[in-house]
Amino acid sequence: MRKLKLSTVLDHAVLIAGSLFMILPLLMLLQMTTVPDTEIIRTGPSLTIGDQLDDNFRKAMFEASGFSGENTGLSMLKNSMILGIGFAFGKIVLGMMAAYAIVYFRLRFATFAFWLIFTTLLLPLEVRILPSYEVVQWLGMLNTYQGLIIPLIASATATFFFRQFFRSVPEELVEAARIDGAGPVKFFIDILVPLSQTMIAAMFIIMFVYGWNQYLWPTMITTDEDMYTLVRGIKQIVQVLEGAVVPEFGRSNVLALVAVIPPVLVVVFFQSWFVKGLTESDK
Amino acid sequence: MAQVQLNNIGKTYPNGFEALHPTSFEIAEGEFTVLVGPSGCGKSTLLRMVAGLEDITSGELQIAGRVVNNVEPAERDIAMVFQNYALYPHMTVRKNIGYGLKNRGTSKQAIAQKVDEAAALLNLGDYLDRKPSQLSGGQRQRVAMGRAIVRDPALFLFDEPLSNLDAKLRNQMRIEIKALQRRLGVTSIYVTHDQVEAMTMADRIIVMNAGRIEQIGTPSEVYHNPASTFVAAFMGAPPMNLFPAKVTDGQVMLGDQPLCAAPAQGAVTAGIRPEDFTLDATGPLSMDVQIIEELGAHRLLHGTLGAHSVTVHVSNDISAATGLQRLSVRPDAVCLFNATDGKRL
Repeated sequence: MRKLKLSTVLDHAVLIAGSLFMILPLLMLLQMTTVPDTEIIRTGPSLTIGDQLDDNFRKAMFEASGFSGENTGLSMLKNSMILGIGFAFGKIVLGMMAAYAIVYFRLRFATFAFWLIFTTLLLPLEVRILPSYEVVQWLGMLNTYQGLIIPLIASATATFFFRQFFRSVPEELVEAARIDGAGPVKFFIDILVPLSQTMIAAMFIIMFVYGWNQYLWPTMITTDEDMYTLVRGIKQIVQVLEGAVVPEFGRSNVLALVAVIPPVLVVVFFQSWFVKGLTESDK
Repeated sequence: MAQVQLNNIGKTYPNGFEALHPTSFEIAEGEFTVLVGPSGCGKSTLLRMVAGLEDITSGELQIAGRVVNNVEPAERDIAMVFQNYALYPHMTVRKNIGYGLKNRGTSKQAIAQKVDEAAALLNLGDYLDRKPSQLSGGQRQRVAMGRAIVRDPALFLFDEPLSNLDAKLRNQMRIEIKALQRRLGVTSIYVTHDQVEAMTMADRIIVMNAGRIEQIGTPSEVYHNPASTFVAAFMGAPPMNLFPAKVTDGQVMLGDQPLCAAPAQGAVTAGIRPEDFTLDATGPLSMDVQIIEELGAHRLLHGTLGAHSVTVHVSNDISAATGLQRLSVRPDAVCLFNATDGKRL
């Protein structure tokens, strides 16, 4: 039998400990979706597996919480999806086009414009949330997907990453394309976008998860219950603690678990692209 | 008819640096012209100006009888092969070759036919569905050629296309390119810093230095009648031996030995090709041979002649040894240059 090396054992011990550390809270959540809400209030997380999972899941996904009866788990999942995808897509498209303009066109003040975009990293949404709200409100985009997505898609991060990537594309490729008669639009679509595939995938993961987890902005901008996203909706459920009503912990725990799944799936499916996009370039 | 005509073409950068002094020459239809010179001499700039990738700041450029100073590269009826091939990494060979045609709105059928023709010409038939990353250096070079050929342009431009290949492949591709150019009969401008490429491929060589043309001529003219010490030292491997010499009594004197009749007075520079020396026991010159380079078909003797280093080229049937050797030179093999500006006398 092969001898076990101490270092291998140690490596695995660290990895296993790390995985447990990450996954235990989820397992606790899962346990708490199987027991009645009253028991959660009474004992907190425990080792008993109850029989409420089915019931909680049905309630969470298909029954409306709130007053208007329009925010079921499914509708919130849909809203979150639209926000996550729209957010990621918008950031990538806008970031790529901004980087394209900065890198490939002889603009006056291009460097200045880039650094201006870059400094917005220092001014996150929270700093400008009131003026942003004012503008969205003025444009009549409250409680719309546009209002949810558009104010968030200007992205210094995406612009920066794509700028760095575009700068590493060989100059000759641009010249060859010019001689081949590809104008600016054709060059962008035929050459740059396909070359950026892995980069786009990596950005998509980061941005999707980022968008999916947005809490403050959706809370501000959506007051109609049918526009609630998952992250915002979960809080809404637990918030109804008033008088003798027990919050629906089981239900919100199910939603919390559901909310974890799409980002995990995105990362699992795109992870090899993710690593490739951030570490190597396909040129 | 001149296919390409440059009238006082010059390039000055906004910071005032003159990369190319006003330059004029013509290239006849079907001619293979090589621009050669050390790095930074402006040869690539000149080529890129012809391609339209650099602005022309003065002068007039005509391609196929049309002034193209302000015409987009794609509209100049040219094709260019780049040093690093510049293939589109995400496209198959077929798409790489056909991309320019597609952008011109050529029908799919016509593209397929032309791509197949070009591939057959370049022995790329088996590789049409591969990506550039799956090809060897030589194959990538051929794809780059294919991309140029399908366009059927009035002018081929080559920007040091062989410098990324290993020595053996370079020799092979050199012949392939030359043969292909002959077969297609397309006017070509080829930029290189390698004088061997220039000598072997060119119909006409343009030697450039520091943004100026030093000499234009056939390989043989440039080699045997260099217009300046720069050309003499740049062309040929090993280069021409250059000695400072004095003129006394109408004779060019190297040390105390007369070389040939002198057309001028005072100080001159005498240039002698390594192969124009002969080992000759009764010769007037005495060389101290220090190193013998054995090259198979011939030998190179390196040493000193008087106070100056010298290289002598002898064929391998002549025995050579280190130490003092006597040499002679035919008087008509000596090239004389002005000692101050290096121009041919």
